[in-house]
Amino acid sequence: MNEKVTYNNSLSAKIWNALKYAFLIFGCLLVIFPLVVVLLGSFKTHKEYLTTEVFSLPAKMNFENYKTAFVNGKVLLGLKNTLIIIVFSCIGTIVTGTMTAFVVQRFNSILTRAVKNAFLVAMLLPSISMQVTVFQIINKLNLYDTMMSNIILYVGTDIVSIYIFMQYLSQISVSLDESAIVDGASYIKIYFQIILPLLRPAIATVLIIKFVGIYNNFYTPQLYMPSEELGVVSTALYRFIGPYGAKWEIIFAGIIVCIIPTLTIFLTLQKYIYSGMVSGAVKE
Amino acid sequence: MDDLLTVSGKKSKKTAKQWIQSYDGQKAITSIVFLLIPVALLILFTFVPAANMVVYSFQKRSQLGTDIEWVGLDNYKTIFSDSSYLMTFKNSIYYLIGSFIQQALALLVASVLCSRLRCKNFFKGVLFFPYLMNGVAVSLIFLNFFKNGDGVVSPQGTLNSILSVFGVEPYTWLGAETANFCLVFVSLWRYIGFDILMYIGAIQSINTDVYEAAELDGANSWQRFRYIVFPSIKSIIALQCILAVNGAISVFETPYIITGGKNGTTTFVIKTIETAFTYDKIGLASAMAMVLLSITIVVTIIQKTVFKEET
Repeated sequence: MNEKVTYNNSLSAKIWNALKYAFLIFGCLLVIFPLVVVLLGSFKTHKEYLTTEVFSLPAKMNFENYKTAFVNGKVLLGLKNTLIIIVFSCIGTIVTGTMTAFVVQRFNSILTRAVKNAFLVAMLLPSISMQVTVFQIINKLNLYDTMMSNIILYVGTDIVSIYIFMQYLSQISVSLDESAIVDGASYIKIYFQIILPLLRPAIATVLIIKFVGIYNNFYTPQLYMPSEELGVVSTALYRFIGPYGAKWEIIFAGIIVCIIPTLTIFLTLQKYIYSGMVSGAVKE
Repeated sequence: MDDLLTVSGKKSKKTAKQWIQSYDGQKAITSIVFLLIPVALLILFTFVPAANMVVYSFQKRSQLGTDIEWVGLDNYKTIFSDSSYLMTFKNSIYYLIGSFIQQALALLVASVLCSRLRCKNFFKGVLFFPYLMNGVAVSLIFLNFFKNGDGVVSPQGTLNSILSVFGVEPYTWLGAETANFCLVFVSLWRYIGFDILMYIGAIQSINTDVYEAAELDGANSWQRFRYIVFPSIKSIIALQCILAVNGAISVFETPYIITGGKNGTTTFVIKTIETAFTYDKIGLASAMAMVLLSITIVVTIIQKTVFKEET
């Protein structure tokens, strides 16, 4: 990228430059406007919301809507459930994903080649439509309406993570493994003491993709955890439509609560999120 | 692998022990132990359901598997003849056109963001953020944005409020005439950030020397884009357009939450899920899933053969 600034004072260049900023600012306003309406509305009382303009400031900071959303709307419970599911799914994915990648990437046998191809074929299957027949299996395993149904699907059908681990592992030189073998290390030892520590950047990428993916997933919890006590952020928010259908200020508070964790993570890990999201798209 | 174990087991106990300690033995044992769980999960949650899907698609059956009846190709015939199913293909054309517009816009934004500019990261961050947002939150935001309230019990939506400043009468945006356009807009709003990110990556991978040389020779922005940037990222653009076919047929979340598929906004996947879980027609739903799978496979084959060199 050419960062060296040369001042071009010609009029057309200035107009061109102004147009560029105008275009970008317009785009950003399109993103920000709907969010600002939600933020302002979330502090208004019901009467105030009905009578004031969408862009008018609330008369005072009123946190009642947040209280309703957190407690009655079960968003707090949703955050807790989401976190539990994310933690167990991430642990499961990292353990199974790195083990699979290690064996498939490092041992070249008929078995490992077959497994690798099986995973690559599985990548093709469109996941939402698959639920038509996955549902029966979850049912038969007696996992319907349990958190385990979601966790096991997030671990068992996450082929993108395995793919990321394999990609990353293929760039790590085999000579490290070989020198360890010369020193008499077993494969288990190589996995734990060489491969796992070297995979740390890939693990970080997978964690980011998984966090965003699970936090935002709607159909898996909606389909397999209908109980209100098992609501996650997505489903708790979805259930706002019924009881609070006319009380948008409460729905707004719920939306803001739901966005804050995402925004916090985005602002702190921006650089990693950009690269993580791109490597997570290998599937597409 | 099991054969190996028994063969060495037959020779003598000592050699079996030695074999286990040898690297070949270790390899076999590690392979089996490490792959046991992941492969079991893969079979259980991917290959068994996929095989079931093929079989069920020729049957008439319920979720519980009672009253199974073989119907041959009837389910497939229904999908391609019944107007309520055909309509979903028509709707996916809206999304397909929408995603072409999305590609063009994303490319424009990406090339602007790659030029000399202040606050680049701010613009990029703001435009990308919707991609990370929870789909339910996005859907609810736009349900309110496009709403046509009566202004008494339920307040006016954001769009109608803004337009009323200019004297425009409130309009039911999510009604039958405009609902699909609104939903395509939501999809564009939500996903364009990712395409921008992809195109920025592609443009930045172009050798800057060529670019600077052209600049010194007096090439203007359009010429630089037309003759340097565009040829270099042509294949990525084509790839994105091919993948858009897949995306257009797989739309689910936002229309499901915003309109529930009403007012002529049903998509193929909403219809599939409805057929399976509301109407309990697992056979028909499996056939629909098979159709989607076939489209995915065709797209992937095109992607792998046509874009083999580039990707």
